[in-house]
Amino acid sequence: MTDLKNVGQQLAAFLKKQNADYIEAHLEESQFSAISYRGKQLESISKTTSIGGNVRALVKGGWGFVSFNDLDDLQNKVELAVKQARFVGKETSQFYASKPIVEDVVAKIKENPALIPLSEKKALLDEYNDAIWSTSGIQTSNLGYGDANRKTLFLNSTGSFITQERADVTIRAVAVAAKDGEVQQAGLSEGSRDDFRPVRKLHKEIKKLAQRAVEMLTVPTITGGQYTVVLDPILAGVFVHEAFGHLSESDFVYENAQLKEIMTLGKVFGQPHLNIIDSASKPGLRGSFKYDDEGTRSTKTYLIREGKLTGRLHSRETAAKMGEKPTGNARAINYRHPPIVRMTNTYIQPGECSFEDMIADIKEGVYAKNWYGGQTSMEMFTFSSGETYRIRNGKIAEMVRPVMLSGNVFNTLMNIDAIGDDLDMNEGGGCGKGGQSPLPVSNGSPHIRIRQCLVGGK
Amino acid sequence: MEKILALAKKVAEEAEVYMITSEETPVQFESNRLKNIQHKQSQTVALRIIKNGKTGYATSTSLENRQQLVDDAVATAEFGTKAEFQFPSAKTFPRVDVFDAAVEKVSLEQMTQLGEELIAKVTQYSPEVICEGGVTKGTYTLSIMNSRGGQANFRQSVFGLGIEGQRIRGTDMLFVGDHQSSCHPILTTDEIVKTTIRQLELARNTAKVTSRSMSVIFSPDGVPGSLILPLISAFNGKIVLEGASPIGKKLGEIVFDTNLTIDDNPLVPFNTNSRPCDDEAVPCQITPLISRGVVSNFLYDLQTASRAKTKSTGNGQRQGGLPGPSPHAFVVKPGNVSFEAMVKDIDEGIIVEQLLGAGQGNSLGGDFSGNVLLGYKIEKGEIVGRVKDTMISGNVYQLLKKIAAIGSDAKWVSGFMSTPSICCADVSVACR
Repeated sequence: MTDLKNVGQQLAAFLKKQNADYIEAHLEESQFSAISYRGKQLESISKTTSIGGNVRALVKGGWGFVSFNDLDDLQNKVELAVKQARFVGKETSQFYASKPIVEDVVAKIKENPALIPLSEKKALLDEYNDAIWSTSGIQTSNLGYGDANRKTLFLNSTGSFITQERADVTIRAVAVAAKDGEVQQAGLSEGSRDDFRPVRKLHKEIKKLAQRAVEMLTVPTITGGQYTVVLDPILAGVFVHEAFGHLSESDFVYENAQLKEIMTLGKVFGQPHLNIIDSASKPGLRGSFKYDDEGTRSTKTYLIREGKLTGRLHSRETAAKMGEKPTGNARAINYRHPPIVRMTNTYIQPGECSFEDMIADIKEGVYAKNWYGGQTSMEMFTFSSGETYRIRNGKIAEMVRPVMLSGNVFNTLMNIDAIGDDLDMNEGGGCGKGGQSPLPVSNGSPHIRIRQCLVGGK
Repeated sequence: MEKILALAKKVAEEAEVYMITSEETPVQFESNRLKNIQHKQSQTVALRIIKNGKTGYATSTSLENRQQLVDDAVATAEFGTKAEFQFPSAKTFPRVDVFDAAVEKVSLEQMTQLGEELIAKVTQYSPEVICEGGVTKGTYTLSIMNSRGGQANFRQSVFGLGIEGQRIRGTDMLFVGDHQSSCHPILTTDEIVKTTIRQLELARNTAKVTSRSMSVIFSPDGVPGSLILPLISAFNGKIVLEGASPIGKKLGEIVFDTNLTIDDNPLVPFNTNSRPCDDEAVPCQITPLISRGVVSNFLYDLQTASRAKTKSTGNGQRQGGLPGPSPHAFVVKPGNVSFEAMVKDIDEGIIVEQLLGAGQGNSLGGDFSGNVLLGYKIEKGEIVGRVKDTMISGNVYQLLKKIAAIGSDAKWVSGFMSTPSICCADVSVACR
């Protein structure tokens, strides 16, 4: 860290000399290790070290951004960023200023993945791979493990100088079953922040997913159309992230009159039982931090309270332009990119409905569990389940092939007519936006029920 | 690089150093005006070693910390995969032009002007559209050297130009746009403007679709996400070797419509995915994948090829890790039906330009499914308007077995694929 701080101090001196409305710089030093298996064999094992940084400058509303691996000629880099910004800027800068913060934020690392020997990580993955392959009918599998240790330094022209650190662990397992030319796959994603322990005990779940892949070969495909759908906490978490979360990111809204109109605070989006929150300030989750990549303290933001739009996610620029306060949601995946407005830990607040009550009066419906993927275009969204059952006469019935659910956010949020009491956060996700992926986030929800949801199928 | 190689050779039987450096200048527009200019410099050096017959791998952003890089590679080699290949000796590479010095010379003023022109032309046609745009220039330099004398060095220039327009009415959102890339500078906005305005024209009205099976035309932009994505895995030699590719045992057999021909072609001059050699310094080649419906070849890197007892097709590519088989550029051979004739032939159907959520689901098995983000309805041979709240799903192996028509309108969709429109009968369509 001393190295980074030295470089940071040099940079700080250069920032002061420039004539710009605002300048910030990021430096980052990180170590990664990754192990992957394909089929029964270890595919690759690797270690990576990375050091780099960037400078971002604002002049008359225009931005310049310079990113680099080579730490020489810092003054030139600062000057280039300012020059670019000056080339762009023709208006007045609007940027929410704040008091300088000087702080070393130390991570509370419970069990640091970087300190666990490769041999131990490999032994654990061997156990997981054995769990997959002890199931008969498996054709191939994919197992990927990765950990990252990052130290970052943020500084700006108003005098902030913040160091932060974090450790991330992710694991993804996919089992592929095949028979008579048919192929099916089941997967799992887990992640953890500052702690290796949660990825140590996935044996049972991995065994189950292998069995599920085999079982899925013989189950029917559902007929496409509209259904009453119950989502488990994992998939409902993906739903809230895709269907609503992205819409609440103000960089889509702040310079767009029509979207501003749609996203007027106070507008009704759901029924009064619906509360949606984004909070990086809840410690220990994958999307948690103390300061965002613009040095703003993290907050807890109610996006929807009692069905009404009450807040949105901001960077310093979007906040200033919309006359609101920054929420600490400016994030970049690494130093190669400028911070943009992103989610952190996004969840639907639990209600009071038990799972049994939720499905009790469904005559014919779909119970979609587990996550496969999701994508949004603001109005339209799609997300895919990893495990799906029919609901018949108030009971979970037979398994069917995984489904893709799709819809229009404005109808669908309104169609949520039951919210469970069993909030659970999914730490396995990574979010992509503007070419920056995967950003560590977490999503969560209790079980929810959606009426008239569009399901793809035969 | 030589120093790293020398240091690695002291502790390992074989070694290979790979380095990629890049400089990119993206100029970005938001809300119809210039927003930011970036300059991105990056460098990655990767060391692959074979020690006691096993592969070790480490990467770094710095050339300075050589000992750390070698130590990391040695640490991973202890647990690494058995190396079943040899690094290539010095080879002659096919000639393919991928560098144009003119790209670097395009000024910020010119780039800005191009972006402003794009936006001006689109908003002139439809003032309510809000545009984001990007103009990017860049240079990449790749160098490889290994302990068996193999070497590669090449430079590539890249220029990109694109726009995304958004039209909002009430809560109804429409997204249009197009993107072009080349190793030459692209100094005209005509093509992109034409495509974007056409999309706006066709989407002027909204049309109603009923849930049932119908004919679907995938426009060139609609083809990759829906029909081709599953094939990328299916032709991957590694997946074939594992027995997970649905076509893995069908080499030489007719699996697809006999009018379908697809090559992997990295030798198209000045295409952004073209290159003389792969990331293992193996010469690139044109590899036929589907020849008149027949499965012709699979794609291999060195390690997979050796396990499968065949030769590398020059498709060893690194996506941040060890090389693995990956296509360079899929080229679908155009047919002889014009897009207009294809539309005329359809009584009720839809055209898919963009599919949201493609690639989720069981793509290995060939299944695809998605929400039609941009698409139009065809009634009695005429395009009548945009479709919304509509999902399509299908299986590419079933759909590509009997293709209704292959268009003559081939187009590069990013540097990764050149394809005409493809029309399939009986695609499942669901809507609300």
